[in-house]
Amino acid sequence: MTQRPTPVLRGEERAYFDRARERELVYQRCRTCDATQWYPRVVCIRCSGTDLELTAASGNGTIHSFTTLYRAGHPSRAADVPYTMVLVDLVEGVRVFGELVDVPPAAARIGLPVEVGFQDVTDDLTLPVFRPKGGAIDAR
Amino acid sequence: MRGEVAVVGISEIDPFESRGRSPVGLMAEASRLAVADAGLRLSDIDGLFTASSVYYTPSLTFAEYTGLNPRYSDSTVVGGSSFEAHVGHAAAAIRSGLCDYALVTYGSTQRSDRGKLVSQAEWLPYEQPYGMIHPISPMALIAHRHMHEFGTTSEQLAEVAVSARKWALRNPQAPYRVPLTVDQVLASPMISSPLHKLDCCLVTDGGAALVLCATDRARDLPRPPVYVLGFGESADHRNISGMPDLTTTRAVDSAQRAYRMAGLTPADIDTANVYDAFTISLLVLLEDLGFVAKGEGGPFVASGAIAPGGSLALNTNGGGLSYCHPGMLGLFLLTEAVRQLRGDAGERQVTAATTALAHGMGLTLGAHATVILGTERAL
Repeated sequence: MTQRPTPVLRGEERAYFDRARERELVYQRCRTCDATQWYPRVVCIRCSGTDLELTAASGNGTIHSFTTLYRAGHPSRAADVPYTMVLVDLVEGVRVFGELVDVPPAAARIGLPVEVGFQDVTDDLTLPVFRPKGGAIDAR
Repeated sequence: MRGEVAVVGISEIDPFESRGRSPVGLMAEASRLAVADAGLRLSDIDGLFTASSVYYTPSLTFAEYTGLNPRYSDSTVVGGSSFEAHVGHAAAAIRSGLCDYALVTYGSTQRSDRGKLVSQAEWLPYEQPYGMIHPISPMALIAHRHMHEFGTTSEQLAEVAVSARKWALRNPQAPYRVPLTVDQVLASPMISSPLHKLDCCLVTDGGAALVLCATDRARDLPRPPVYVLGFGESADHRNISGMPDLTTTRAVDSAQRAYRMAGLTPADIDTANVYDAFTISLLVLLEDLGFVAKGEGGPFVASGAIAPGGSLALNTNGGGLSYCHPGMLGLFLLTEAVRQLRGDAGERQVTAATTALAHGMGLTLGAHATVILGTERAL
């Protein structure tokens, strides 16, 4: 089986995935203008300020949109189809991309409340994923 | 800028399968033909505009391959909209005296390369480790959101592909010579819900080229000049998580800039060529370009508005969905617009077309460039 695609991480990108290994989904808040942004940047997207705080999010949010893949987007995922990608609006006000787990395709829907979980996909890479709030939904 | 620069030569080559030509070979052959169409020689070209998915520095690859030594070059890459951007950049360069004869060119063997294509695109660290299909899955996220907000249906999206095929049947160069039905689109394999295989564009080879120069020079050349009346650009995201609003794009801004420069409104456009990588991307763009109100794209396309005989003569060559999509479609939107304005579109000719819009979008609706063209009568 081919290995999951692993990004080449540079600079602030490393911080995001280091925190994911520690079971934290992080986002940034600008101490100057209070704007929030998902993945770490060296500048604020609103005020260009550099006083940015990397904070663990609650991991709670709702599905903004979803798509279920019936063809794998990478050879490493061929045995996993169908699987579902989501955009999640976190309660902290940022939109996050991830995978939806523990939900059969027919039960995926916009507005579904979710919480973050973590998957160690390789020895070096942990990815935040989302699960339905209140436990797995059965495939029926 | 309005009316100061004109398209004087166009060409397309091998729009389905390359006949033994490499990507740069397709660029070179298309360029030779477009320059000849303009009544010029390749050595007259002093401004080079190109983008590529396979060449890291396509202007250098092309210059060496053809022996060209341009005094101005621009290899702006904003995905499929690169070539609409190039038209605006070329017009600005010509007006500034940085070049006299600008060539915009593209070539791809994406179909022949199938499975072997090594894209120059970088991996997106926050999205691609999940194993999504780029760009289908981001477009599918957009589609589900549009359905949620406006009640758009899979049947309505399928109508986009059906209309494209109806136009393609009038294009002798189009590869699939049989009608398509909504049921066939819906019965095609689901790739990334709600998008089926036939909601996605073709995978083809192809090359194309376009020559531009100042209006005073254009009037000395053999073909009727097609004037650049309006141009606008806008861009905002690379990752789908960075798209501010999944159902409204920056095409609103690029189109507004182009309409304002041209002094025209959507109702004044005789024929439009709008990037149709997917049924949903076209639907969203029809709304953002002002051809139909936001959220009403579904009923609009289902009414037959974009099929032959409908209210909008759209993608008259069959578009990316049913004619040609060699990795990036942008240049083919422009060649078809010029063909229509020259009156050279054969069975699919729009009667007395004097204005045409070409809208390119890049990646997952993240980049936009709008070009409005017109004949002498539209000046």
